[in-house]
Amino acid sequence: MTQLHELDAASTAAAIASGEVSAIEVTQAHLDRITAVDGDVRAFLHVDTEGALAAANAVDEQRSAGAALGPLAGVPLAMKDVVVTKGLPTTSGSKILEGWVPPYDATVTRRVLDAGIVMLGKTNMDEFAMGSSTENSAYHPTHNPWDLSRVPGGSSGGSAAAVAAFEAPLSIGTDTGGSIRQPAAVTGIVGHKPTYGAVSRYGLIAFSSSLDQAGPFGRTVLDAALLHEVIAGPDPLDSTSIPQPGPDVVAAARQGARGDLAGVRVGVVRELTGAGGGYQQGVLDCFRAAVDTLAGLGAEIVEVSCPNFDYALAAYYLIAPSECSSNLARFDGVRYGLRVGDDGSHSLEEVMSLTREQGFGAEVKRRIMIGTYALSSGYYDAYYGQAQKVRTLIARDFAAAFTAVDVLVSPTSPFVAFGIGERVADPMAMYVNDLCTLPASLAGTPAISVPCGLSDETGPALPVGLQIMAPAMADDRCYRVGAAFEAAYTAANGFILKQISQLGAVR
Amino acid sequence: MTVRDDVQLDLSYDSVVRRFAPVIGLETHVELGTVSKMFCGCSTEFGAEPNTHTCPVCLGLPGALPVVNAKAIEYTIRIGLALNCSIAEWCRFARKNYFYPDMPKNFQISQYDEPLCVDGHLDVVVEGQTYRVGIERVHMEEDTGKNTHVGGATGRIHGAEYSLVDFNRAGIPLIEIVTKPVEGTGPLAPEVAKAYVTELRDILRSLGVSDVKMEQGSLRCDVNTSLSPIGVSEWGTRTETKNVNSLRSVERAVRSEIIRQAAILDRGGKIKQETRHFQETTGETRSGRSKEEATDYRYFPEPDLVPVAPARDWVAEIRASLPELPAARRTRLKSELGLSTEDLQQMVNAGVVEAVGETVQAGASATEARNWWMGYLAEQANSREVEPTSLPITPAQVARVILLVADGKLSTALARQAVDGVLQTGKDVDAIVAERGLAVVSDTSELTRAADEAIAANPDVADKVRGGKVAAVGALVGAVMKATRGQADAPAVRQILLQQLGVSE
Ligand SMILES: [Zn+2]
Repeated sequence: MTQLHELDAASTAAAIASGEVSAIEVTQAHLDRITAVDGDVRAFLHVDTEGALAAANAVDEQRSAGAALGPLAGVPLAMKDVVVTKGLPTTSGSKILEGWVPPYDATVTRRVLDAGIVMLGKTNMDEFAMGSSTENSAYHPTHNPWDLSRVPGGSSGGSAAAVAAFEAPLSIGTDTGGSIRQPAAVTGIVGHKPTYGAVSRYGLIAFSSSLDQAGPFGRTVLDAALLHEVIAGPDPLDSTSIPQPGPDVVAAARQGARGDLAGVRVGVVRELTGAGGGYQQGVLDCFRAAVDTLAGLGAEIVEVSCPNFDYALAAYYLIAPSECSSNLARFDGVRYGLRVGDDGSHSLEEVMSLTREQGFGAEVKRRIMIGTYALSSGYYDAYYGQAQKVRTLIARDFAAAFTAVDVLVSPTSPFVAFGIGERVADPMAMYVNDLCTLPASLAGTPAISVPCGLSDETGPALPVGLQIMAPAMADDRCYRVGAAFEAAYTAANGFILKQISQLGAVR
Repeated sequence: MTVRDDVQLDLSYDSVVRRFAPVIGLETHVELGTVSKMFCGCSTEFGAEPNTHTCPVCLGLPGALPVVNAKAIEYTIRIGLALNCSIAEWCRFARKNYFYPDMPKNFQISQYDEPLCVDGHLDVVVEGQTYRVGIERVHMEEDTGKNTHVGGATGRIHGAEYSLVDFNRAGIPLIEIVTKPVEGTGPLAPEVAKAYVTELRDILRSLGVSDVKMEQGSLRCDVNTSLSPIGVSEWGTRTETKNVNSLRSVERAVRSEIIRQAAILDRGGKIKQETRHFQETTGETRSGRSKEEATDYRYFPEPDLVPVAPARDWVAEIRASLPELPAARRTRLKSELGLSTEDLQQMVNAGVVEAVGETVQAGASATEARNWWMGYLAEQANSREVEPTSLPITPAQVARVILLVADGKLSTALARQAVDGVLQTGKDVDAIVAERGLAVVSDTSELTRAADEAIAANPDVADKVRGGKVAAVGALVGAVMKATRGQADAPAVRQILLQQLGVSE
C-alpha cells in the first residue's frame, strides 16, 4: 500500500476532503518521514512540529464542522527560509539573522496558511539565496536524495530536496537567476518561476529586488499549479505586483495532462542547447529526446535564435550583486540579528563592520563587493547601466521569439547534480549552472522545469530537467506543455522519483 | 599662494560686500502634512511615544517593501505647480546608500536624476526690488529616524555613552526644494535668502501641504554660500550651512558666512568645500563634515517601486484646484484695502498679510484689521516670542471684536480685554464678553450719578476745573472709569462731567 508521505498533493487533499484520512495523520506521517530521512538529507533548518500539528488539527476541525475546504487544505508544505514567517525563526540561511523571529508574515506565508496548508518548517538554502548548490548555507549543506554525496542545486536546495525525499509533497522556493528551476532539475521534481510580479515579494528577504520571485515545487506539474494558484495574485503591499489576476494554471495543467499539443509551436533556443560546448552530453541527450516527445504530442518544433542570451550571465552578475549590496545594507547589528563587538570598546562603525564581517559568508561578501563597485560613481554607467541595457535586449529577443512560437525550451541546467565541495573553489564554475535559467529571470518571464530523463554520465543515474519558457503572464503555457510532457514521459518511463535508489530503503 | 595674517582688513559687512559678490543657493526640506507616511500606513502625527508609529516597512525589517503614498505625490505636484515647475511625465525613485543608525534600511529612498518637478521659479521682493529665484527641482524622499545621543559632552554620536533611536519620524514624506544659484543680490543676499524662505513657507501654508513649523523641524533649510571678488565672473568655492532653523537664522547664517569667507579670502586663503553648522547662540557657522571625504551614495533606481507617471489630466486637475497664492492675494488685498506699497510691505514683513485679508473677509474694516494685527496682536505675539499668526486667535475672532467696537458695544479697552480672554482661554469672543460682563455702560443716568459721586469725592479737583483748568477733569474721568470698571465710554464721561461742573470747552 502506498504510504501517506508518498502521495502527491492533489491526492492528499482529496483524501483529507473525503475523510479517508485526517490532516493530523498526514502531517504526522510527514513529520515521521522527516525524522527518518532528514538526518541524511538535511533539507530543513527548522521543523515546527507543534505548529504543523496545530494547523492540521484546525483543518480537521473545519472539516468536521462541515466547512468547505480549499483545494490544498491539510497538505503539508516546506517553506524556504528566505520567506518571513511570524513567530518562526527566519534566517535566510545566514548567521547574521540567527535567532531572528519575525513579527510579521510574508504575503506568501499568509496565503499558504489561509489556504489551510500545513507548514512543516523552514528549509535550508544558500545564504541570502546566493548560490546554486545550497553549500553557501551558513548552517550546513543539504544532500541530494538521488546521491547523498551530491548537492541538491540551489539556492532553494532545501525546498527541492524536501520534496524529492518525500518529506513534503509541496514546497516554496524563490528564484532570482534559476534558484527554483535548477534545484528542481537536479532533484527530479517540478519547479516553476512565475512571471515577475505574479507572486507578491512582500516578506521575501530581498536578494535582488528586480529579479526575485517566489514559486512552487511539487512532484507533479498539477501539484505545482495548485500551489501556484494559492500564492499568486495582486498584492497592495508590493508595488511591483501585477494588478491583474494571472491565468488559470490549474486548468492549464489539467488540459496538458490530456496529452495533446496539436497546434502548439515550440521554439528550441539555439543559444541554450550547447552549440558552443560546455553542456554535459547526457543532459543534451535527454533534452533532445524530450523535444522528440513534444513533437510526438503534436507540437510544431522550430529552432529559434536569441543572440543576446549570450550576455545574460554577465548582465546578471552585475545587476544582482548591485541590488544585493544595497538590500543587505540593513544587516548591521543595530536593530536585529547578530551583533558583534558591542563590548564598549568599539565604535558604532566598528560594531557594524565586525558584525558584517562575521555574519556574512564569503559568497555574500563577494557579491556585496562586486555590487558596491558596480554602483560606484564613475563606474555606474559602464556596469549597472550597461547591464540594464543588455536586459532590455534580452527581453526583446524573447518578444521577437514569441511572435513565432508559443513556448521556448532548453535544458534547465547544463549539468546534473555535482559533488558536494566540487565547485566551491571556483565561483565561475558555480555561476554557469544558471546559464539556461538567467534569460527568463532578466526578462521577468515565466519558466518551469520538468524532469525529462536520467543521465549516468557522471556516475549514478541523475535527473535532468526540461525548461519551458513562456511570455509574461502566460504561465499557463508552461503548465500546459509541462503537464503534457510529464504525462508522456511517465507513461513511457514510469514516475521518475521511483528510481531514487539511496532513499529506497526508507521509502 | 601664501596666507597672510599680517594684513588688517575691514571685515565689517558693509566693507566686505563692497569687495565681494555673494552667490547663494537654498535647499529646503519640508515634511508633508499627509496623514500617513511616505511608504507605509503609519501615522505621521508629531510627538507620540517613541517607536509607536512604526511597522515592518518603516523599520526596514527584512522582507518589507515600500508602497508610495499617492497623497504625497499629489502634494508634491501641487508644490511644483505653485513654484512654476514642469511636472515630469515619468520619473523614478532612487536609493541613496549610506550607513547611519537612524536609517533603518541603511539607504534612503529619494529621487536622484529624475525629480518629479523641475525648472521653476519664485519671485521675492526685497526693498522694493523683485528678485527671481530659479527653482532647480522639487523631489520626494523619506525622512530618517531621530537619534538621541546620551552621555558625552557634545550630544553627538562620538563620545556618547549610548544612543536612542526613535523611528516615528522614519518614513515621513519629505520634499526637497532646491534653488538654482542666486546671483546679483549684492549686499542684499541675506535678505533675499530670508525673503525666499518666508515666501516659500507662505506658499506651502496656503497650499495646505505642510504645517511648515520651523521650530518643529517640518521646514528645514540648508544655505549654500560662495563669494567671488567684484568683477570676477567665476564663482568661488561654496559651503553648505545646515541647522538653519528659523527665518531670522537664514539671514544671520548667510551674513556670517559671507564675513567668514571674506576673512579667509582677504588673507589669500582658500575656502574649503564643506558642510558647516549654524550656531543659534553665536550666529556663526562651525565646520562639520568635510565634502572631500564625502560618501559615494551609489544612487540607483529603486527596484522595489514602479515609476511615477502622473497622468496629464490629473496634473491639470491639481493645477485647477490650486488656491490663490500669497503673491496674487497680496496684489488683490493691496487694491481692495487701498494700501500703499509701504503699508503692504510692512504687513509682509510682520507676516500678517494673510491674517489681515481673512479678517477683512470676515467683515472687519481694512484699517481696523490692519491696526489690530500690526498693533495690539503684534505686541502680544512679541511678548510671547511667536509669530502673530501663531497666536491662538483666528481672523474671524479678531473681526468679531472689531465689529463689537464699531457697534459701540465695546470700548477699545474692553476690546483688548476680550482679545486677552480669547488668547488665555481659547473661548469665543461672545462667550468671553458675556462671562466677564464686558459691555460699554451707555446709560446716561447711571453715568451722571457716577459723575456726581466723583465730583463729591474730589472737591479740590472739581474746583480747579470750575476755575478754568479744564485739563484737570482727566482725574475725574479716571475715577468714573474706575467706578464703572472701565465699561464706560471715556469721551462720554468727560462730556457729562464738564456738563455737571457747568464748564464748557
Ligand atoms: Zn510604518
